Amino acid sequence: MRILGISGSLRRGSYNTRLLVEARELLPGAVELELWDGLKAVPPYDEDDDGAEAPAAVAALRAALAGADAVLFATPEYNSSVPGQLKNALDWASRPISTNALRGKPVAVVGASTGAFGAVWAQAELRKILGAVGARVVEGELAVGHAAQRFDGEGRLVDDDLREQLEETLRLLLEEAAFRVAAQAA
Amino acid sequence: MSTVSDTIAVLPAGRWQVDTVHSQVGFAVELTGGTFRGSFSPVEATLEVDDYGHAQLTGSTRAENIKVQDENLNAHLLAPDFLDAERAPEISFVSEDVRVAGRDLAIAGELTIKGIGRPVELVGRIGEPIVDAYEREHLSLTVATTIDRTQFGLDWNVPLPSGEPALGNHVTLTAELHLIKA
Repeated sequence: MRILGISGSLRRGSYNTRLLVEARELLPGAVELELWDGLKAVPPYDEDDDGAEAPAAVAALRAALAGADAVLFATPEYNSSVPGQLKNALDWASRPISTNALRGKPVAVVGASTGAFGAVWAQAELRKILGAVGARVVEGELAVGHAAQRFDGEGRLVDDDLREQLEETLRLLLEEAAFRVAAQAA
Repeated sequence: MSTVSDTIAVLPAGRWQVDTVHSQVGFAVELTGGTFRGSFSPVEATLEVDDYGHAQLTGSTRAENIKVQDENLNAHLLAPDFLDAERAPEISFVSEDVRVAGRDLAIAGELTIKGIGRPVELVGRIGEPIVDAYEREHLSLTVATTIDRTQFGLDWNVPLPSGEPALGNHVTLTAELHLIKA
């Protein structure tokens, strides 16, 4: 089982990227979580560039999505919504709409912010976007507010309740992914 | 005064198979204060009527047979947000009780969408039986029902600036079936 982890934050030391690292630590040994590091390289979406041969960074994104059994998104919140670069990458990933690599793909959304609310609005927007793209968005939720106080010096999540919510979200994601893998093999 | 077309008491006996080219199931749902329509075609349908007039109507279509006027919308309607065609590829109906009164028709049965079966009642009209140039017997049925889409797990919505949901929950389904006697 392969999960692709996509952080909506580009900065080094991102709390959202740390959430994905935490998820990787919590996953069963047989499950691999690859942290996707290509977000910054994705060019702005332009239909004129979306021809038979997509830009290399876009082709890499689409291949990474296609090769994953599930995708875990961790998003910060910029101005009550998702970061523009994450939305831009999803706009590329969604094309063509009827056959895109996220179609039917189990996905989960978590998020962290330094404010009180843990990027809940950005997460809601991201779930809406992923639904429109055609992904299967699992129910699990995790909003890490006051993120600066939630990780220790080694970048690990220190709050047990939040870790349990992350584990539950991962459980739901893996369940959907296993169901789909079995259905496609049948 | 009664006319010939009003005197039908029972459906004509036989096995009636759908003419897929001329049949469809339409849907209509309230969207932003107006009506949005689409359809499913082709649809499969069989009407079995025994010599005593007891009838059963079965019908089905593939979720992917939904037709709207935009490919992006079509793709969204097939996604887990709506019909979830990957996991629930078939939409089906099986009648449990078919009642005829003149040309009026009432059919109780179970409709399954997105893998969820719910009882529905279809109400409609029976057309005049016709014999075509190849001596095939035709019978048409038009039946409709209104369902609450959320009862079938189709919960998607988006709020308008007023806060009201953009998409209505009540969906009217209208089956226009042209049947040919097997």
